[in-house]
Amino acid sequence: MKILYFAWLKTKLQMTEETISWSEDCRDTDSLVRWMKTRGPAFAEVFSDLEVVRIAVNQEYITGNTTLGKEDEIAFFPPVTGG
Amino acid sequence: MIRVQRDIFDIGKEIEALTSGRTDIGAVVSFTGLVRDFNDGNDVTGLSLEHYPGMTERELAKIEEEAGSRWNLQASLIIHRYGEMALGEPIVLVITASPHRHDAFEAAHFLMDWLKTKAPFWKQEMTADGDTSWVKERESDVKAAKRWTTNA
Repeated sequence: MKILYFAWLKTKLQMTEETISWSEDCRDTDSLVRWMKTRGPAFAEVFSDLEVVRIAVNQEYITGNTTLGKEDEIAFFPPVTGG
Repeated sequence: MIRVQRDIFDIGKEIEALTSGRTDIGAVVSFTGLVRDFNDGNDVTGLSLEHYPGMTERELAKIEEEAGSRWNLQASLIIHRYGEMALGEPIVLVITASPHRHDAFEAAHFLMDWLKTKAPFWKQEMTADGDTSWVKERESDVKAAKRWTTNA
């Protein structure tokens, strides 16, 4: 699975993208976020307030828990500020 | 039409290109967003825009399609820049064309309001002391976008 980070999430995690292997820990977006929080202080901080983190799966916004597969692209980013 | 690009654009030329050779268009509305030198009380010296290549284009296309389904548009164009931008430079351009002004005005307003809360762009501001900070979402933008949902 490909994971992308944008804006301040990227800055705080010092990472723009990574590839992780699919496991039960990331079978859906809720599980993935739970697992992310266990990866160290920076991750715990970034995922502490989910009100300010948006999630897209395969370049589409998701609403609610979403099942994930090996080939999925998951992106985490703050509310958008373009325009 | 949508375009996501690093380069600056020429508003006049874009309007001309969209309407050239057509005699059925009665109204053209354009909105341009510029880099300004202040935000939330801070002096801003420059702007950098990050985006999500792929998703950006998809979201913009969806927003444009939605506008086309709600109003009688003969043509429309969204250009959004990314990368480094200097004060006074244009960031975003929305052009809408319709037989009568009402549709073009409304659709341009809608496109900007929706784009602001849906298109995956993030602004980072530079200040005179060399600091950079990510711009926060505005409650007023969220409200503005919701207006089009409740009226639908």
